[in-house]
Amino acid sequence: MTVDRSAERPPAARGGVPAQRVALVDLLDRLLAGGVVISGDLTLSIADVDLVRISLRVLIGSVGGDDVIAPRRDDLPGAVPS
Amino acid sequence: MTDTVTYLYAIARDAGAPLPPGLTGLLGTPVRTVAAAGLVAYVGTVPLAQFGEAALRRNLEDLTWLEATARAHHQVVEAVAETGPVAPVRLVTVYRADEQIGRLLRDRAEEFTEVLARVAGRREWGVKVYAAPRHAEPDDTGAGEAPEGAFGRPGTAYLKRRRTSLRTREEAWRRAASRAERIDSVLTGIAVARRHHRAQDPQLSGRDDWMVLNGAYLVDDERGEEFAAAVAALRDPELDVQLTGPWAPYSFTISEPGAGGAA
Repeated sequence: MTVDRSAERPPAARGGVPAQRVALVDLLDRLLAGGVVISGDLTLSIADVDLVRISLRVLIGSVGGDDVIAPRRDDLPGAVPS
Repeated sequence: MTDTVTYLYAIARDAGAPLPPGLTGLLGTPVRTVAAAGLVAYVGTVPLAQFGEAALRRNLEDLTWLEATARAHHQVVEAVAETGPVAPVRLVTVYRADEQIGRLLRDRAEEFTEVLARVAGRREWGVKVYAAPRHAEPDDTGAGEAPEGAFGRPGTAYLKRRRTSLRTREEAWRRAASRAERIDSVLTGIAVARRHHRAQDPQLSGRDDWMVLNGAYLVDDERGEEFAAAVAALRDPELDVQLTGPWAPYSFTISEPGAGGAA
């Protein structure tokens, strides 16, 4: 039996990743470090992605509690070159 | 002085494609288009109170706000991608009014047209590779058990163990990184362009094993299945390989030299 589910899905789901199922972290990789960079006439410049990342780290660090110490990336030798 | 601003989601060719009906973006606001120079910008009207510079600085640190904004932006980009080639714009690009968007399209028409030509008929795939950091942590629990003075100066054994452990950890990292490079090179062979994103923060990804590859690959539509099959074939007992996508070509819309460079 064939069930056509296409009607249940939002238009965005047809060709790509359904917006609801995308992991936020994968989305942020693309939305904060990808996309056409245009400085709007009254926006802050997100070109400086580092600022946002640092803010995020601070934010998550503050809500997540720090009893679990995650391995730090900065002490790992030689990150995969970009 | 108005209390709303124009939010820019994406740019596409003005091929007369109808706006996806009922398309809404941030805060449920309707999406509309601004056309100029053979291009069309997908925009929406948002309150200055949330998208002014000071408010944005604050809001970007609010994970709930950021997530809602990112998902709404993504939804618009995906809907536009259904209609043809799209150049997504970076999150939170805001203008005073629509006129400025028209001027932007005219001023940078050549660049946007070039970007759209590059991504036409192609989608982005994401490949993440994780490795479990085996023998990674020094054996802290054992450090206190050695009787004081058993190894000469206290702490010597601990330091020695720690050095060995760091070396093992370093070797494990190198091995995983080199396997990931091989995976990356196979996939780059199928893609027309490749870009590496930074390794994700474990606190954002929820995974505390090592992310040794966070790659984005621009792949011709007709090779999408081949790409996904290649990822499946590259599975490795020591690595966790994860495929995401297809995505709109977020990672390949930057015109700076090298940023979305050809593979």
